[in-house]
Amino acid sequence: MELLVIIGNGIAGITIARNVRKQHDMKITVISSESKYFFARTALMYIYMGHMRFEDTKPYEDWFWEKNRIDLVYAHVDRIDTDNKLLIMNNGETINYDKLVIATGSHTNKFGWPGQDLPGVQGLITLQDLKLLEENTKDIKHAVIIGGGLIGIELAEMLHSRNIHVTFLIREYYYWDNILPKEDSQLICKEILQHGFDLMLKTNLKEILAGENGRVRAVITDEGDEIECQFVGLTPGVHPNIDVVKDSKIETGKGVLVNEYFETNISDVYAAGDCVEIKSNREGGRNRFEQLWYTGKMHGEALANIICGNRTKYDRGVWFNSAKFLDIEYQTYGFVSNVQREGEKTFLWQDSDMKHSVRIVYKEDDNSIVGVNVYGIRLRHKVFENWIKEKKTVSYVVHNLREANFDPEFYKNYEPAILEEFKKQNPEMENSILNENTFA
Amino acid sequence: MEPLIIDNLKIYKPDKNLELIKKIGLLILGIGVIMLLVSLTGVSAIAPTLFLFLSFGLSIIGALTYCIPVYKEAPPGIKNNKIFFNSFTSKGTIAWFVGIIITGFYVLLYWFPNLLENWIRLLDSISYSFRGIKSDQWFLYGTFYTLAILVMGIKMIIKYRHNRYQIIRTLSVMFFQLGFAYLIPAILLKLNQPEFYFSYFWPLKYHYLFPGTVKGLFSSGGIGYFMIFWGVVMTFIATPILTYFYGKRWYCSWVCGCGGLAETAGDPFRHLSDNSLKAWKIERWMIHSVLVFIVITTALLWINSAMKGTVLGNSSLAFSKTYGFLIGSVFSGIVGVGFYPIMGNRVWCRFGCPMAAILGIIQRFKSRFRITTNGGQCIACGNCSTYCEMGIDVRAYAQRGENIVRASCVGCGICAAVCPRGVLNLENGNPNERYNLES
Ligand SMILES: Cc1cc2nc3c(=O)[nH]c(=O)nc-3n(C[C@H](O)[C@H](O)[C@H](O)COP(=O)(O)OP(=O)(O)OC[C@H]3O[C@@H](n4cnc5c(N)ncnc54)[C@H](O)[C@@H]3O)c2cc1C
Ligand code: SF4
Ligand code: SF4
Repeated sequence: MELLVIIGNGIAGITIARNVRKQHDMKITVISSESKYFFARTALMYIYMGHMRFEDTKPYEDWFWEKNRIDLVYAHVDRIDTDNKLLIMNNGETINYDKLVIATGSHTNKFGWPGQDLPGVQGLITLQDLKLLEENTKDIKHAVIIGGGLIGIELAEMLHSRNIHVTFLIREYYYWDNILPKEDSQLICKEILQHGFDLMLKTNLKEILAGENGRVRAVITDEGDEIECQFVGLTPGVHPNIDVVKDSKIETGKGVLVNEYFETNISDVYAAGDCVEIKSNREGGRNRFEQLWYTGKMHGEALANIICGNRTKYDRGVWFNSAKFLDIEYQTYGFVSNVQREGEKTFLWQDSDMKHSVRIVYKEDDNSIVGVNVYGIRLRHKVFENWIKEKKTVSYVVHNLREANFDPEFYKNYEPAILEEFKKQNPEMENSILNENTFA
Repeated sequence: MEPLIIDNLKIYKPDKNLELIKKIGLLILGIGVIMLLVSLTGVSAIAPTLFLFLSFGLSIIGALTYCIPVYKEAPPGIKNNKIFFNSFTSKGTIAWFVGIIITGFYVLLYWFPNLLENWIRLLDSISYSFRGIKSDQWFLYGTFYTLAILVMGIKMIIKYRHNRYQIIRTLSVMFFQLGFAYLIPAILLKLNQPEFYFSYFWPLKYHYLFPGTVKGLFSSGGIGYFMIFWGVVMTFIATPILTYFYGKRWYCSWVCGCGGLAETAGDPFRHLSDNSLKAWKIERWMIHSVLVFIVITTALLWINSAMKGTVLGNSSLAFSKTYGFLIGSVFSGIVGVGFYPIMGNRVWCRFGCPMAAILGIIQRFKSRFRITTNGGQCIACGNCSTYCEMGIDVRAYAQRGENIVRASCVGCGICAAVCPRGVLNLENGNPNERYNLES
């Protein structure tokens, strides 16, 4: 029987295994050296904060794998021999494959800062990182977090829950402003301050200092400030983990290079999830990295079809993402650029409490919406996806926002206030809306 | 670069004063509990009112002093921090200790009420004032029960102060407990009418439709007729209609006293419910067996009564007594409440309540209620499944983008509250479309 081997039991690898099993009878083996059973990486923070135990982060009960004939191997792959279709494990054993998927996830970025490998300095991606974090943060008072991405703010929240004071060091002008527009980042900055964290913007890390015990003692910023701390969290982003393919014939760039069918340069070898670099299909276009839970899942679903003989191109559809910045939930649908692009306009509403906000980006020429960022209000994925696909105009969207509301019952309706603000900002559009509604 | 400062921002920092207030609260609560224990010895008879204040009064004041300042500690939002590290909420020694105490109380209450005599006497003054008779063990129980729902209800409202659904729902269970399950039955007694709980119906209050009860109510005239009418209408007409429109939540997490206690005093233990597939299988067997049992019992009693006792003689009485003992006392009280800290807060509702079984069947097969999942936004974190008090593996549905239509869901809305990605929403809508996503 044909044997499919998957390196990595994260969301990408597991989605492939499950979806192949639904369609096909081939033998499936999933290898990971992180944990025997699949767990949700996105829930690591909740384990540390005591909201859940590790068991609770496993989306499937342990009997699930045997029942679905998915073999789990808890070991590390050292090398891939594509000529002999062979994996060499770190214990010297070998595993054969007919088809291979590389879904090895990410590593933490480090930028060669002096002291970045000191004890008490670490990133957060794996279960092992979490265990280390437990040890590193035992009985400490002050932590510094370098780099304000999604993992950074989660790490800050985690430490805060253990009464550790957090200083956030961010290179950018505002939190995550390489993704979020300025006003949106400001809203999050406010949230960060409100929780009692120190926030240092436009600040780079220069050096991490060791104390007498050899552990981290302080950090020095590019402005020469010294901040005492007993822990440094490094969260300036992630890069693909391609350790296992380095010495193989599989082509890599920053990630494992694949086409839009997740095929590598070697036949029968595929890759998916955080570790891939998707080659642009346009001459001179930029290669894509998609390092999210959602994309990992979509890669997995698409690749499972491809492995089962239905070779269709990966199409991630209308973009979406979500996160929670401390107590503020964030959702985005479509594309919202951090700086307004040529030919686009923006409608922005922010509640006076700075906890709720809606930003709609639309095209200047026909007013059709391009994307939305929303904070503190839940929106329906399906409705917004359709609106974006159908190129609804911004005034249509603002007038029909209630239809897309996904907040729990009895929640305050912000739609009237949003509409009010929209009319104030765009009095001229009000005249056209009547006509449009009759055609809608 | 200096740290960023924004003017007029309320910043939440660790606060020594708050800690102090909370400690004082605990201290007062401790004194109250000690005074309760002291009262058991009977010394309270010298000054009943004083002891009533020192025991019940201080306990309430202490508990409120402890839990009210919590809202100042951190901004509103889901803060389940350290729940799995705390011995009380993670089946540690304290949890077992509290579990045993509560269980012990039930044992005394059911089988050795005379040992609680001094507590019962403590409540005489209150009992006389609005029931017109002296206190008894059930009045003691009702008082404890109502206080637990009120005090812990306030705590619940503070905890979920950012969530209007939770606030309104909690106010609702507090209202029904205090009014319908405590004051109205007491006032009825004072007016020399039958004690009747308008918020409980057959088959939860199974004997409300037993021939004995019905005949008893008939004999008490006008108000008795109304009570029979109310019981029949609520069980056979209102229940199916309300459940069709709103799901079983209209009762289980808005009205019912058992649900009320579970949602307030039981809230700190909701994550202890077993959410394995095996538990779900056991649940379906047990709850439906209880329902079948109570239906048969009721039917037999009516047949027996129609045949003037010739069919079963006294055995039908024994039958219902067995039920009363096994299900009514042991299960709903001891396991249902005593085991909160060990098995979660809805053991009775999930495995034993015949009312929940009926509501569940209607909810599962003919109702507008569902929990909608929001497209692809689920990150499979598991907060929903962990905090579902009914042990429903909500995540399994959410990951597939499938709506949740489950007999056991009591619509507490906590899964939607704890979800960090806004994936879940309790909704009523077209019953034919409730399995898949809207539009
Ligand atoms: C703290 C944190 C929070 C996050 N939150 C979100 C979020 O809210 N939303 C979101 O969209 N995304 C989030 N992400 C990103 C998301 O978790 C990742 O994009 C996703 O998990 C990637 O899945 P994957 O399957 O590609 O890789 P991974 O889940 O990283 O799985 C790869 C697995 O392969 C194993 N492996 C690697 N090499 C070998 C080898 N040689 N031999 C054996 N095993 C090997 C690794 O140990 C690992 O277990 C978060 C990430 C982190 C770290
Ligand atoms: S599924 Fe959600 S609403 Fe239903 S009982 Fe569980 S937590 Fe409550
Ligand atoms: S809490 Fe929300 S994101 Fe987490 S598993 Fe449940 S539905 Fe998914």
